Amino acid sequence: MTERYSRQERFTPIGPGGQAQLANKHVFIVGAGALGCANAEMLTRAGVGKITIIDRDYIEWSNLGRQQLYTENDAASLKTKASAAEQRLRAMNSEIKVQGIAQEFEAETAEALVDGADFLIDGTDNFQTRFVINDVAAKIKVPWVYGGCLKSYGIVLPIVPGTTPCLHCLIDHLPQEGSTCDTVGIIGPAVQMTAAYQSAECLKFLTGHSMTVEMVYADVWGREYSSINISGLLNPECPSCSRDAVFPYLKKEKGLKTAMLCGRNTVQVRPDQLSTLSLSDLSSHLENVTDRMKENAELLMFHVEDVRFVVFKDGRTLIHGTENVEEAKKLYQKYIGA
Amino acid sequence: MNILVNGRTLDFPNEKATIAELLESYQIQKKIAVVEHNKQIVKKTDYEHTKLADGDHVEIVHFVGGG
Repeated sequence: MTERYSRQERFTPIGPGGQAQLANKHVFIVGAGALGCANAEMLTRAGVGKITIIDRDYIEWSNLGRQQLYTENDAASLKTKASAAEQRLRAMNSEIKVQGIAQEFEAETAEALVDGADFLIDGTDNFQTRFVINDVAAKIKVPWVYGGCLKSYGIVLPIVPGTTPCLHCLIDHLPQEGSTCDTVGIIGPAVQMTAAYQSAECLKFLTGHSMTVEMVYADVWGREYSSINISGLLNPECPSCSRDAVFPYLKKEKGLKTAMLCGRNTVQVRPDQLSTLSLSDLSSHLENVTDRMKENAELLMFHVEDVRFVVFKDGRTLIHGTENVEEAKKLYQKYIGA
Repeated sequence: MNILVNGRTLDFPNEKATIAELLESYQIQKKIAVVEHNKQIVKKTDYEHTKLADGDHVEIVHFVGGG
């Protein structure tokens, strides 16, 4: 199998030495949506020794347009993204270790999850999770690369905590965006371009090169490109990456937690503490309120009140058909209980 | 006046425009963008009173949440 990486080894900045370094590295990818899939495939084929990919979601038809690791069969059988990605990546490269984790990446568990990782990749679609990545990366002093895309454009920024500005240095609180994948859409080429910049920076770092300190913006449809050197924006008093960091996004919050899912007309609701839920007990309770129900080993799906619930066995629930967080909380309390 | 924004020439009708007005024309909120004006990063608090002139180079990179 020595031929496998021959072309990459002929690329002078990597070479056989860099290739050998890659084999001993562990990359942790947060999110197995469009950016997560694209990064995971490139790094798997590049021969990164260990890849972990975590995602809270399952595969739907609307994912197939750009989430390259998934098939129609995966969507039809409601497979979790984590397990489908793991299977597909292992089939691409059996020489490396691949692990998929079907969980949410969140403050309480982030530090334990990323233990031992050399690099983190942002494959998420929301800033809440990105700020958790940002805090945990700063806490364990591991670099990561932010990537975001929308419509036909994308933005990428590598972050070396304590050395280059972190996300919190640049944005002091969660941005309220006016546009999302839901309202303005996204095309596959924008995903590929954004992920390519992310993976390239990751390969640089893993093979001993310096990553760029420029934030890059590119529009693959409008053929626009911009980059800004942001090294002067490091905040010496940053709550996330300075010497006196308090990692505010790693702090727990009490009560039900909710999250809007980008482009899905969906709210996720979950209890403060995850536990094991009996899906069969739940489905027997729900027989009184709905006759549209489907169940597999990992989740239970049912329709009620013009919305569709998908309940995972750890109690985490997706409510499709609403963007109203308060309404979603009420529905959760009404049909699942909290 | 003509301003070079992200490498593209823009004919901006307002001759006394500021960075804030330029961002507004792109519908970009100042809290989620980084702006470079003639190779210097402009602080958010200076957007309102940084005036643009003909031939200026501006780079705008704004944060995006999707993925």
